[in-house]
Amino acid sequence: MSAAPETSATGLIEASFRGRLGPFALNADFITPAAGVTVLFGPSGCGKTTLLRCIAGLERLPGRLVVEGEVWQDEARFLPAHQRPVGYVFQEASLLAHLSVRRNLLFGFRRTKDEQRIDLDQVVGLLGLEPLLERGVARLSGGERQRVAIGRALLSQPRLLLMDEPLASLDRARKAEVLPYLERLNSDLAIPILYVTHDLAEAARLGDRQIALNEGQTGPVIDSRDGAGDAGLGARLAEVGPDRLFEDLCAGGAPPELAQLTLAALLAGLPPWRAPDQRA
Amino acid sequence: MGEVIWLTVKLAGVTTILLLILATPLAWWLARSQAWWKEIIGAVVALPIVLPPTVLGFYLLLALGPDSPLMAPFQAIGIRTLAFTFEGLVIGSIIYSLPFAVQPIRNAFQAIGERPFEVAATLRASPMDAFFSVALPLARPGFLVAAILTFAHTIGEFGVVLMIGGGIPGETEVLSIEIYQLVEALEWNKAHQLAALLLVFAFAVMLSLLLIERRTGRLRP
Repeated sequence: MSAAPETSATGLIEASFRGRLGPFALNADFITPAAGVTVLFGPSGCGKTTLLRCIAGLERLPGRLVVEGEVWQDEARFLPAHQRPVGYVFQEASLLAHLSVRRNLLFGFRRTKDEQRIDLDQVVGLLGLEPLLERGVARLSGGERQRVAIGRALLSQPRLLLMDEPLASLDRARKAEVLPYLERLNSDLAIPILYVTHDLAEAARLGDRQIALNEGQTGPVIDSRDGAGDAGLGARLAEVGPDRLFEDLCAGGAPPELAQLTLAALLAGLPPWRAPDQRA
Repeated sequence: MGEVIWLTVKLAGVTTILLLILATPLAWWLARSQAWWKEIIGAVVALPIVLPPTVLGFYLLLALGPDSPLMAPFQAIGIRTLAFTFEGLVIGSIIYSLPFAVQPIRNAFQAIGERPFEVAATLRASPMDAFFSVALPLARPGFLVAAILTFAHTIGEFGVVLMIGGGIPGETEVLSIEIYQLVEALEWNKAHQLAALLLVFAFAVMLSLLLIERRTGRLRP
């Protein structure tokens, strides 16, 4: 071990993973504030889920992961999944079939050693779960299941909430049912969220920031609310326009597809009044 | 006759309990291990399905007999042989019924898949915790089937118990052997009663297995 001091700033999530898992090659590298919602988005098969699983400790690739100054993975260390204070919402709700809704919700709650900041009543209220509590999980609709899965993850007192396309397995009506709950999560609880989706509209609606992912490679962090004078991409876009920004991104090492995705997310997230003629 | 029935039920009960304890870690390992040679162990476990019971009984007789090197450590504590004893019968029955316990439990563990364990891990459950709080309850139907099959299989076994038990009244004489001896002695009436009893029992076993299967099939989401 080197005697180097802890170089990571608190309040940040720093991830970098390189390697191959089956068909997925990952070359991911990003730093994002540990606050609000950071959306990882890209086409299916781009490695979003693999990246999220690496962060949860469900997969192991060479790399480094520091969350709010705490090293979860580096050359010397790999914290196993059950020792990481993450909540994970899978694409399919994946409720435990032998437990009632209430006992699914409390599964992680009972196993946390940290201070319990979020309690059952709070989660039940937030996600509208009161009428479901005593049911078996077989008698829930798709939207209800996903709400229980989100509540279960929240009750495990995560310091980082990982969500893997939680809406993708739902039809349009169920999506509309769950989406407002997700937005409330963001505003009511101070838990940073990493949210994976392939849906650009969802990324723009839920995310405070977006990171594009293509063929396992991450683009720069997009914050479309960057104002003039910020160093972020939003400010750059307003300054130089999309064509020039695209060239800049490519010059910075992003393959064209990745630069294009990044630009698309930036434009999609822009308030309409700020992007009059740039969408063409 | 009551004594024979009691001895048979006692043998089946003891065998079932011990075998479930033994089969659980074995089935777990067979279900989850990535080792390439695990199916070799799997084949050894399954051997009693195709082996003639008399062959198994014959080797057990040698292994548990007074001249067996396997018995040497026990002879130091005063146990000369386990052949023709109740304990010997239990050992024989455990080996004979091993596949009937391991296979359903292994299948049940495999049917759980990877996801519930990932869920448990992201909810702070250590692997050991997840084994007890997720794997065992989700595999419950497999355990029920294993228990019923082991119990019934032990009740009905003949070749193995004849070879290593010898049919000593009160010690190793179980139902199936009693029936054989009754027929030999031309006591057809008594043989009839016991045979009919086993027939009804076997029917009840198969019916309950099918009902369990139907119920778990319906419960699976």
